[in-house]
Amino acid sequence: MNRSIEKGVEVLIKTCGYFTSVVVVLIVFFLFKEGLSFVGSTPVEEGFSIVVSKANSAITINSVQAKDIFDSKIHNWSEISGKPDFIRLFDLDDLLEIFSPEELGADFENSEVCIRRLLDSLPGAMVVVLNAALPKDHKLHTLQLDKITLYSFLSDRQWFPTAKPVGVYGALPLLLGTLLVSIMAIILALPFGLAGAIYLAEIADNRVRNWLKPLIELLSGIPSVVYGFFGLVVIVPFVQQVFGLSVGETALSGSIVLAIMALPTIITVSEDAIRTIPSDVRQASLALGASHWQTITRVLIPYAASGISAAIILGVGRAIGETMAVLMVTGNAAIMPHGLTHPVRTIPATIAAELGEASFGGLHFKALFALGCVLFVITFVTNYIVDSISRKRKI
Amino acid sequence: MIEFPEKADQIKRWSQIFFFGLARILSISIILILLLILYFIVSRGISVISWEFLSAAPKESMTQGGIMPALVGTLYLIFWSMLIAFPIGVMAGIYVNEYSQDGRIKRFIKMMTNNLSGIPSIVFGLFGMALFVNYLNFGASILAGSLTLALLSLPLIIRTTEESLKSVDQGFRNGSYALGASKLYTIRKVVLPIAFPNIITGLILSIGRVSGETAPILFTCAAYFLPKLPSSVMEQCMALPYHLYVIATSGTDVAKTRPMAYGTALVLIIIVLIVNLFANLLRNYFASKVKMK
Repeated sequence: MNRSIEKGVEVLIKTCGYFTSVVVVLIVFFLFKEGLSFVGSTPVEEGFSIVVSKANSAITINSVQAKDIFDSKIHNWSEISGKPDFIRLFDLDDLLEIFSPEELGADFENSEVCIRRLLDSLPGAMVVVLNAALPKDHKLHTLQLDKITLYSFLSDRQWFPTAKPVGVYGALPLLLGTLLVSIMAIILALPFGLAGAIYLAEIADNRVRNWLKPLIELLSGIPSVVYGFFGLVVIVPFVQQVFGLSVGETALSGSIVLAIMALPTIITVSEDAIRTIPSDVRQASLALGASHWQTITRVLIPYAASGISAAIILGVGRAIGETMAVLMVTGNAAIMPHGLTHPVRTIPATIAAELGEASFGGLHFKALFALGCVLFVITFVTNYIVDSISRKRKI
Repeated sequence: MIEFPEKADQIKRWSQIFFFGLARILSISIILILLLILYFIVSRGISVISWEFLSAAPKESMTQGGIMPALVGTLYLIFWSMLIAFPIGVMAGIYVNEYSQDGRIKRFIKMMTNNLSGIPSIVFGLFGMALFVNYLNFGASILAGSLTLALLSLPLIIRTTEESLKSVDQGFRNGSYALGASKLYTIRKVVLPIAFPNIITGLILSIGRVSGETAPILFTCAAYFLPKLPSSVMEQCMALPYHLYVIATSGTDVAKTRPMAYGTALVLIIIVLIVNLFANLLRNYFASKVKMK
């Protein structure tokens, strides 16, 4: 082959070598570009302003209070540390009823004057108005809302991104739901996974092993929608019957499905950890008169502990990121989890369920990317831990 | 004469028998779970599968007809994503195992590949939507979906390539160098042919993975319902896993769409079974070949 072509191919090979690194950097860039622009924004629906009187614009409320106002749960300014006055809500349709088209103007040229008149007569009013219907340089006072911070995003207890005109973006229920389902899944999977790993590494003879390994691989090859479907038709009714629930789509159903899905990871990684123990260790224990089982529990498992914990962490990491199966069986209630027999919603399920409806580039869209960032950080950290554990084992 | 503590010995023996039995039972129950899943889907899906099911489009709001557009859509996605990922993945594997000398760079690349494989599939979906659908303006299309799936399957291809290259004995390379062959020539003519069956295993496993992934194509490609087949890669397509998700969860008449769902799930399972069977056959073939040396 021509020397220069050969050089060219080698450059191409080198480029491909770095390709995954570039992809990871790109993923970080695109994910965090959208996700970080979510932090610091005001949770008002895009294109709308909430106009209040000058006195009331001094009050800053949070998004939950705003939602309660628009849900008619808060009726008086005094409930949100304002002067006692009824909160009256108006939107564009109301303005069209109150004012004649001539007063407002054909293109809402006079909307500013009209809203000012309304606020003068009803100081407690709150007018939700399209930005397009307001002059660009209007001097009206808008409602002060708390800006979204990283802390409020992760610690607020309500998730109502589609509430109008003020969305509530508290990811805590989703975060807790994710952790609940995933950790419970690993707790369920661990006895089976560990037993499987011990059996494969120590007890089974080669013939059985050669049969079992491909079957366990098969378990990891089944698509997550198929697990979700199986969960939906088998595990959900099962959980519903056993616990006498009105709905079977619960955190527990999700955990059971995830437990089955996590088994191959836990088994393969822990089996590897047990198998790579130098045989001197095993033989020394046996030579001292310990039984095989004693050797396994007192010598091999402690020796492989770091590898087994890597398996557990990896399993949790995978479970946290699992989307479709969880989406199909957990009931998807975006509320603070009440327990295993109640519906929950996980972060991946939220992204999958809501991104289709969120308008591109809007606040809801950005919030879902911010959730993606949270997921990314969680999996990055678990990977890092697993990586450092396995590197330590090698030394 | 040494006296053996007989009682302790008994406990030792019985506890070993007990716990070995327990480990065996738990391991068998894992296989039983697998068989339960397979049995459940095969027994209910087998009666649905017919030539019509495989060759017709869904009809009557997905209660009748078949899955042809979804099946073909999945084949499109497999074809394009593998066309993109396989060459890049194999070359990346070659770079890591044959070229990179520096241990730190090698470790860095491995770490990044590992990270990529750990990223949840829904995050790939978000990324694909942000980069391919919006930024590069491909729209929701087969192209965007295939690119997303290609990135997702890269780590698996890279890792299997790397492993199979690693298992090629150094002697082959040295022999080739001794005959005056260049490094690239050696890789092309000596190393790759030996490692090839195992590299193909990675390709096959990736096909299995790609055919079952739903989350990455939710926003980059998958269409809820398309009666016609896509005519270019810039169009959306239906896909089997998404189709299963749709008919399993959003049908108005569950009793009528259920059989369709069982049938679709069975087709997915069959793909997975074939993929795993092939991968295992190839792996055994490779193992016997490497042993021969």
